[in-house]
Amino acid sequence: MSLLFHSRTLLPGATLTFLFAGAAIVSLFWVPYDTTVLDIANKIKSPSWAHPFGTDQFGRDILSMIMVGARTSIAVALVAVGIGMLAGVPLGLAAAARKGGLLDEVIMRMNDLVFAFPSLLIAVMITAVFGASALNAIIAIGIFNIPVFARLTRGAALSLWSRDYIMAARVAGKGPARISLEHILPNVANLLIVQGTIQFSLGILAEAGLSYVGLGAQPPVASWGRMLADSQTMISFAPHLALFPGLAILLTVLGLNLLGDGLRDILDPKLRRARA
Amino acid sequence: MLRYFLKRLLSLALSLVAASVVIFLALEVVPGDPAAYMLGLNAQEDTLNALREQLGLNGTVLERYLSWAGGLLTGDFGISYTYRTPVSEMIGDRLWVSLPLALYALTLSTLIAFPAGIWAASRRGSYVDAGVMGVTQLGVAIPNFWFAMLMVLVFAINLRWFSAGGFAGWDAGFFSGMKSLTLPAIALALPQASILTRVMRSSLLDTLNEDFIRTARAKGLNRGQAMWRHALRNALIPVLTIMGLQFSFLLAGAIIIENVFYLPGLGRLVFQAISARDLIVVESVVMLLVFAVIVVNFAVDLAYAWVDPRLRGRR
Repeated sequence: MSLLFHSRTLLPGATLTFLFAGAAIVSLFWVPYDTTVLDIANKIKSPSWAHPFGTDQFGRDILSMIMVGARTSIAVALVAVGIGMLAGVPLGLAAAARKGGLLDEVIMRMNDLVFAFPSLLIAVMITAVFGASALNAIIAIGIFNIPVFARLTRGAALSLWSRDYIMAARVAGKGPARISLEHILPNVANLLIVQGTIQFSLGILAEAGLSYVGLGAQPPVASWGRMLADSQTMISFAPHLALFPGLAILLTVLGLNLLGDGLRDILDPKLRRARA
Repeated sequence: MLRYFLKRLLSLALSLVAASVVIFLALEVVPGDPAAYMLGLNAQEDTLNALREQLGLNGTVLERYLSWAGGLLTGDFGISYTYRTPVSEMIGDRLWVSLPLALYALTLSTLIAFPAGIWAASRRGSYVDAGVMGVTQLGVAIPNFWFAMLMVLVFAINLRWFSAGGFAGWDAGFFSGMKSLTLPAIALALPQASILTRVMRSSLLDTLNEDFIRTARAKGLNRGQAMWRHALRNALIPVLTIMGLQFSFLLAGAIIIENVFYLPGLGRLVFQAISARDLIVVESVVMLLVFAVIVVNFAVDLAYAWVDPRLRGRR
C-alpha cells in the first residue's frame, strides 16, 4: 500500500482511471436513464437534480450517455492495445532473437512502413473500403499500435540478450524461443505495462477523434466523440452538451497518463533516480 | 556522408514504393465499378467500356498499378469519379489551406515549446517547473477538436474576435487568410507544443548533467551562460527528431480540425470523397500525406547525420 504513495501521480491517476472504468462497468447493469429511449418533452435541459449533466436534443440523460460512452471508449482502446501487444511483442522478441538477420530486417522495415501511416489515415482507408464502425476503429488503432510495441520490445530485449544470465541459459541448452519466453518476456513486462497505459490513453483520444468525424462508433452506440459532434451545432445555446463529454475524455486520458507516469516511477526505479 | 545519403535515398524509394502498393491494394478490394457509378444504371456497355478505358480501369492489377504510380510521378493523379475534374487540381486547391495550416501550427508549437521548456528546465523543481509540467499534462490529454469547439464558443460566438469557421481565401489578403487559420492552428498546436515542451525540458536536463557542462562551469561560466552557450545546442537534436515526427501528426490532425472549422482543406476533401465513394481521390490524398511523412522523416534523418557525424555509421 505504501507503494501507492511512492509517486505523486499514481494515486490521482489510479483514482481517475478507476472512476471511469467503474462507470463503464456499472453502466452494464444500471444507468440513471435508459439511453435508447427518447424523451422529446425533456430535450436540451440544463443540468438539474433530475439530470445532473442535463439532457441532449432527444431528451436523453447526458450522465447516462457518458456512462455508456465510457464503455465504448474503454472497449475500443483496450482491444486495440491488445491487438498491438499480441502482434507487436512476439515480433519484437523474434527480431531481437535474430538481431541483424533477415527476419529482423523484414520486421523492422514493415514497422517503418506502418509508422508512415498515422492512425487516422489507416482509419480513413479502412472506412473507405469497409465503411465506418467501432470495429474498424479498433482495427485501425490496433494496427497503429503494433509497431509501437514491436519497437519497444525489440529495443529492451536487445539489451537483455547480452546479459550473463541469458548466456547461462544458452549454455544450459535453451533455444532462442524458450529464452525469449522464459527470460526476456518477464523482464520487459514492466515496460510493456507502462507503454500499454500510454497507448490506452492515446487509443481513447483516437477513438474520440474518429467517432467525432463519423469514422468510429455509429448510432445508436453511445460514444463521447459522437456526442461532441452532435453538440457542435448547438454549442451557442447549449454549451453543456459539449462540456461534459469533453471533460470525460480529458479526465480519462489525464488519469491514464498520470497512472502510466506513476507506474513507471514504481516499476523502473533507475528511471526515477535519473529524473529526480 | 555520400554513402550514407545514397543508402537513405534507396530506403526512401523502397518505402515510397511499398506504401503505394499497400494503398493501391487496400482500395483495390473495394467492390463496385466506378464507370458504372459515374454513368448510372442505364449506361450502354460500349459507353461503359470507353469510360473504363479513359479512366485506366481496364487491364490487369499490375498494369493498373503501374499506370497509377507512373501518373503520380508525373503529377497526374487521375480523374475524380464524382467531379470529373483532374484530382491533381482538386488537391492543389486544398493544399493551399492544409499546408499553411500545418506550418502555422508547427511555428506556434515551436514558439511556445522552446521558451516554456527552457524556462522549466532552468528552474527545475520550482513552482514554475511544476506549473509548466502540469499545463503540458493537460495539453496532452485534451482532445484538440474539443479544445477547438471551446475556443469557437469563447472567441467566435461570445467575443466575436474570429469567425466560427470557413476560410476567407488568400484572395481576400494574407491577413484575413491567416486570421481564418488562427483558431485551427492554435487547436492543432496545443498538444504538439505540450509534447515538445516536455522533450525540450528533459533533453536540456540530460545535457546539463554532462561532463562538458561541468567543465564549462569549472572554467567560470555561470549556470545561465553554460546553458545558453553549450547545453542548448546539444539538447536540440532529440527536439528536432520529435518535430519531424510531429509533422505527420499535424497533417493527420488537420483532417479532424478542418472538420471542426469547415476549412476547405485536404481533410474535408477526404471525407467528401469517402461519402461520395470517390475512391481515386481518397487514394491520392492518403498517398500524398504518407509521401509527406516519409519525405519529412528522411529529411530529418539527413539533417541529423549532418549535425552529428557519429550517427552516419549507424545502421
